[in-house]
Amino acid sequence: MKDQVVLRIITKLLVPYMLVFGVYVIAHGELGPGGGFQGGVILAAGFILYGLVWGKEELHRFVPRRVTDLLAAGGVLLYSGVGVATMALGGRFLDYSMFNADNKGDGEALGMLLIEYGVGITVCTVMITIYDMISEPEDVA
Amino acid sequence: MFDVLLTDMVLLTMAAILAIAVISVRSLLSATMLAGIYSLLMAFIWQNMNAADVAFTEAAVGAGISTVLLLGTLVHTGRLTKQAANHVNWGALGVVCVTGGILIYGTLDMPRFGDPKAPIHTHRVVQQLAQRVGKVDPNGVHEPWQYNSLADQGGPFEVLADGEHPHPKDDFSGHSPNTVTSILASYRGYDTMFETAVIFTAGMALVLLLRRREPGADKFLHEVPGSGPQEKHTGGRVA
Amino acid sequence: MSPLLLNVSDHYNYWIYIVLMMIGFYGVIAKRNLIKQALGLGLFATGLFLFYISMGVIDGGTVPVWTLVGHTEEKFAGPYDNPLTHVLILTAIVVSVSTMAVALALIVCIKREYGTIEEDEIRAIEDAEHPGEELV
Repeated sequence: MKDQVVLRIITKLLVPYMLVFGVYVIAHGELGPGGGFQGGVILAAGFILYGLVWGKEELHRFVPRRVTDLLAAGGVLLYSGVGVATMALGGRFLDYSMFNADNKGDGEALGMLLIEYGVGITVCTVMITIYDMISEPEDVA
Repeated sequence: MFDVLLTDMVLLTMAAILAIAVISVRSLLSATMLAGIYSLLMAFIWQNMNAADVAFTEAAVGAGISTVLLLGTLVHTGRLTKQAANHVNWGALGVVCVTGGILIYGTLDMPRFGDPKAPIHTHRVVQQLAQRVGKVDPNGVHEPWQYNSLADQGGPFEVLADGEHPHPKDDFSGHSPNTVTSILASYRGYDTMFETAVIFTAGMALVLLLRRREPGADKFLHEVPGSGPQEKHTGGRVA
Repeated sequence: MSPLLLNVSDHYNYWIYIVLMMIGFYGVIAKRNLIKQALGLGLFATGLFLFYISMGVIDGGTVPVWTLVGHTEEKFAGPYDNPLTHVLILTAIVVSVSTMAVALALIVCIKREYGTIEEDEIRAIEDAEHPGEELV
């Protein structure tokens, strides 16, 4: 579809904004409506739009399959890693207040930020993987 | 309150008409587009009911990702269903009506829509949102988690004094104004962790089902002779 | 207003959600195309989420986010909708879309295997190849 001028220009204008907005929604999940899932899906929508207009080879140039596979597992690992880290600091599993023992509110905020990033990374890469798999061309022969 | 209810009734009637159209239309491409419109209408309804996070998620996931998924599937399958659009299965309709009647009978003693005295608003969450997360007292002693009883807060908010509202007396929600995220990430952290694992599992299931092996990628597997891919089933409609 | 009208306007929301759920349910059990069944499942799930969230709505409520009131302290400026219902439905929406993705992938695989996605044609092909066996 990259020979259509209108699609190409609008996509070039929109995709950077969508990616930044996705990261904004993940990072400001605590302060307003938003969070990991919503931001992750918006990030994935930016990548999928790029892949729709420029083709799958271009999308794989930016987000190769190995990267999406590894990051999908990395998000879940980050989430569980936060839980294990709080256990290593002396608290219970996923007890975020251990991150900052003298100001528990700050510890909770840091823990929630880290897990929102973990959720956002997993959701984004899994949505890109789902789009990638569903839109594979038919088997040749 | 009446404005929420009126907008709700109009939007929900439109949603019901759209749902009947999604199920009964013959072309799958039209059904996909109608399902996208239905998801957007759901996002409106949820924002009307003051559920901002849910509206955000439904608009992004339902009207965005789900439509892309369905269109990607339609590339592989055909675009038309075989069944005629006005064919009604009376047995299934009877079962559905009986089930709906039983469920409607079950809702007759529920509190009315938006009742402030409903148990959901007077019991659990009001206590939970006011709990204290280790507030340090002047002697430097860390206080553990404790729950404020409703009596501390002055009861459910419609019997409070004029201008008095339940105020959280702790650090916790001072750092997280979005109570939905604070419940999702901290109070229900386990649920969110396993939900992330579910999303990851769905992605891996897609990879296992649909990814074609690149040539030369399976050099560690030895092909057993005679167990190549089986021939396709023939017959039936090939779109 | 008459008692019947009050009853209808009190519970109209819940009845419409039940109607939406039943439309989805009809789609799952009565349609023969597999994609229509998947769409019916999605409709059923959405009706259920509506039911759940509408239980948490309150008269004159706001979005459950603290705001700065009077530039001094953060609190709710009035009655707020119950956030616990929103949390459970957030999880349920994302799980529902994951389930739908796996269902559609299975439909694509079925199409590759059998060449059709109509349930009765699949049954006919299976009966022709393995007569007398149950289609699991």
